[in-house]
Amino acid sequence: MLDLLEPRLVAAMPAGVDYCSMRYFDQQVESLQVLDDVAEPARSTRDVGVMVTIWSNGGLGYAATSDLSPAGLDAAVARARHWADVTAGLGVLATAPLGHPVGEYRSSVERSWADIGLSDRIDLLRTQCEALGGDDRIVERAVGLSVIGRDTLLVTDDGGRVHQHFDAAFPTMSVTANDGANTQTRTFAAHSAYGQGGVEVLDRYGYLDAAPRLAREAVALLDAPNCPSGVMDLLLGPDQMVLQIHESIGHPLELDRILGDERNYAGTSFVTPDMFGTFAYGSPLLNVTFDPTVDGEISSYAFDDDGTPATRQFLIRKGILERPLGGAISQARSGLEGVANSRACSWNRPPMDRMANLNVEPGDSTFDELVGSIEHGVFMQTNTSWSIDDSRNKFQFSCEYGTLIEDGELTTTVRNPSYRGISRNFWRDLAGVGNRDLFQAFGVPNCGKGEPNQTIWVGHATPPCHFRDVEVFGGAS
Amino acid sequence: MTTHDYFGDLTTSIRSQLAPGEEFSANLGGESSEFVRFNGGAVRQAGSVDQLALDLDLARGSRHVESSFTLSGDRELDDARIAQALASMRTQLDSVPPDPYLMRPDEVRSTAVTAESSLPEAGEAVDAIRRAGTGRDLVGVYAAGSSVTGFADSRGQLNWHESANFSLDWSFYLRADKAVKNLYAGTEWDTAALDRKVEWSQRQLDVLDRDPIDLEPGGYPTYLAPTAMQEIASMLSWGGFGLRSHRTKQTPLLRMIAEGATFHPSITISEDTVGGTAPNFQEQGFLRPDRVTMVEGGVFNDHLVSPRSAREYGVATNGAAGGESPQSFRMEPGDIPADEVVDRLGTGLFVGNLWYLNFSDRSACRTTGMTRFATFWVDDGEITAPVNVLRFDDTAFNLLGTRLVGLTDTTELIPDSSTYQRRSTDSLQLPGALVEEMTFTL
Repeated sequence: MLDLLEPRLVAAMPAGVDYCSMRYFDQQVESLQVLDDVAEPARSTRDVGVMVTIWSNGGLGYAATSDLSPAGLDAAVARARHWADVTAGLGVLATAPLGHPVGEYRSSVERSWADIGLSDRIDLLRTQCEALGGDDRIVERAVGLSVIGRDTLLVTDDGGRVHQHFDAAFPTMSVTANDGANTQTRTFAAHSAYGQGGVEVLDRYGYLDAAPRLAREAVALLDAPNCPSGVMDLLLGPDQMVLQIHESIGHPLELDRILGDERNYAGTSFVTPDMFGTFAYGSPLLNVTFDPTVDGEISSYAFDDDGTPATRQFLIRKGILERPLGGAISQARSGLEGVANSRACSWNRPPMDRMANLNVEPGDSTFDELVGSIEHGVFMQTNTSWSIDDSRNKFQFSCEYGTLIEDGELTTTVRNPSYRGISRNFWRDLAGVGNRDLFQAFGVPNCGKGEPNQTIWVGHATPPCHFRDVEVFGGAS
Repeated sequence: MTTHDYFGDLTTSIRSQLAPGEEFSANLGGESSEFVRFNGGAVRQAGSVDQLALDLDLARGSRHVESSFTLSGDRELDDARIAQALASMRTQLDSVPPDPYLMRPDEVRSTAVTAESSLPEAGEAVDAIRRAGTGRDLVGVYAAGSSVTGFADSRGQLNWHESANFSLDWSFYLRADKAVKNLYAGTEWDTAALDRKVEWSQRQLDVLDRDPIDLEPGGYPTYLAPTAMQEIASMLSWGGFGLRSHRTKQTPLLRMIAEGATFHPSITISEDTVGGTAPNFQEQGFLRPDRVTMVEGGVFNDHLVSPRSAREYGVATNGAAGGESPQSFRMEPGDIPADEVVDRLGTGLFVGNLWYLNFSDRSACRTTGMTRFATFWVDDGEITAPVNVLRFDDTAFNLLGTRLVGLTDTTELIPDSSTYQRRSTDSLQLPGALVEEMTFTL
């Protein structure tokens, strides 16, 4: 399709404008779900379209279309040009701070899903679903798999051409147990264990071995005591750290939020431009990178959707805030250095500042050392609830599974573990960071933001981390 | 050719391509939308989105597969995409097991709704919005255009819902996180109506200009405006009423079915299709009744039942979509005069908006979230100061149950202004709620 379409895109480029780009997006998803041993209908999705962006006479307009005929592309160009005319002199930025890049990217794939047919994929899931059973108190078992292939092509009016191809797999699994008014669910890493690659993504996260453990844990939670309340130490597993990073580091550092774009919807930020270079975001153990180079992490790429070349950058180094998550347009508006994170969820939404791979870099503690350093606390795993204020400061999280830590030992399982805090204080109480052996790449598949709204997947690689003096509590009963 | 006719032609063509023993159903979703995003009164992004997508379900007996793909609107290109999809689906049908929960309508019931509207030209709307923002810090989004939803199947049923509307979802910011949010939405643009909304926001802004106060965590008498109740209703809609969530004990209303818990007798909640703006048919072609009452007089009354759940649990469907969540949520009004809520509150919190709610204990319907935008302290029936953001953590069985004083005697129709994938057609009709005590924790 690309061979047919690319000459059309080039032919439709308008003359007499300051800058024009055309971004083609073609995503194919093969989705399966088995629910309580019943295979739901296999679903194939193909989402194809083009966004035309034109900067002209101080105006900026876009037009997105699923009509990829020459006439359809010409009509989209006309609409984008019309919007550039309507907004001439009214925009937040008058000229395009964008270039004409040339490059390629392709995900690494060790074993292609093309070698595993539909019936074999269904059998694979049925086996996992069956392995989630074994106790009368289990009331729902669900497993799923989405295999994704995405092609993007960005061409510009002065010879820019960036073609990127992404392969990814999203395996899911959940098991729910009930006893009276008490229902407990365990999931496979809260649906955050996914990444670029082929069949090997399943092995990367131990998907094929997870079901019996999750079933045991869901049932065990029914009989577990409620998580205790009080101020105590907290050890967060990587599948909870992802949300902690996402909500209380990622979103506050998005430069478009800092510039106010999201104030009517996703919110603002407690971070202000003057903080970069000096603000102590966390303890000296905190090192956070924007890293599009991690092999297999979901948001690795060579260029963002505005065509800016992507490189690894420290956002927070030894606790000090260094730079925001801001793409070329936000950088031009603010005068701050940023990263290549201008991303769109599809062809029908314009790029904006997003997280991509936002990682907490590993420290030097083994898991035993992290646990051993805690006299009284809770080890919490797998996010189940998240909430934070519009400035990304006052947060509250709940996890699926808690284990008490007493005198440096993991002891009793507890249910409904939760904690709350304030972002600008919380990271300063970071007391221990797991080492590289404990460093795992997860992600958030449904990050919502923007007007019009966009949902996008992002990556977060992290080891488990230890925090001091956190307000911890349990469920309603 | 209209999109309605185009859909009819495409599905007639699909019907002619079926092999013996094959059946299909198809859903069309599309929009032609304009979006203008503002920050500080300036335009951040402006553009248009034209999209059509077809969801096909091809069945051979009880084996079936689904394929969803974008359409171009160009007949030759779309015929090729459909032919390619059908060929691929036929291959897949050989590899999938029978689906015991596949259910199709018994009767052929075609419908067509096309709503009248009068939308402004893009430049006119931009000018009016910029005038409203003059001298103020306006941030938000204008969205407008047409939206279509269609269903057709191999039995010859065809359902169509087409509307065109606009919404301006915006805030005036005073400083930092102090702002007033408002929504102007409809099908007939009226600059005078926008001006009245702007004046209301300005009056709120004047109060926000007073020194804000910090409240200590604790319990406070609270009035939740309809726009705050929207967030509570959205949480209840997340598994609260679906049959499957009840049968698998994952509903946040678990205590209602496991322990006989109830809401306050004044709480009646329904899926009010006839009063909402969503289509009256769902993706398998089942029509929705005008109203399904899920909670009546505080007691659980009926589920939302999708065809799939109906087959699984052996009950009748009431036309719910696969997610079994309300699309036209309605809570009946109470008896507190809306213009007396501040007096009736006496001393406590007036909450205009809530934000970022999530369950802190789903089984107990315990919910946490934040106050946002216009939230004020009321002292002896007078609004005195804005309140800095607070986190609440409380159960709906308190807020809509034991601690509910009452509901306002009027409701507000709140269109869902979300635009994920495409512009929503959902809506909520809600009163305000006066609560004896709401628990704030941070």
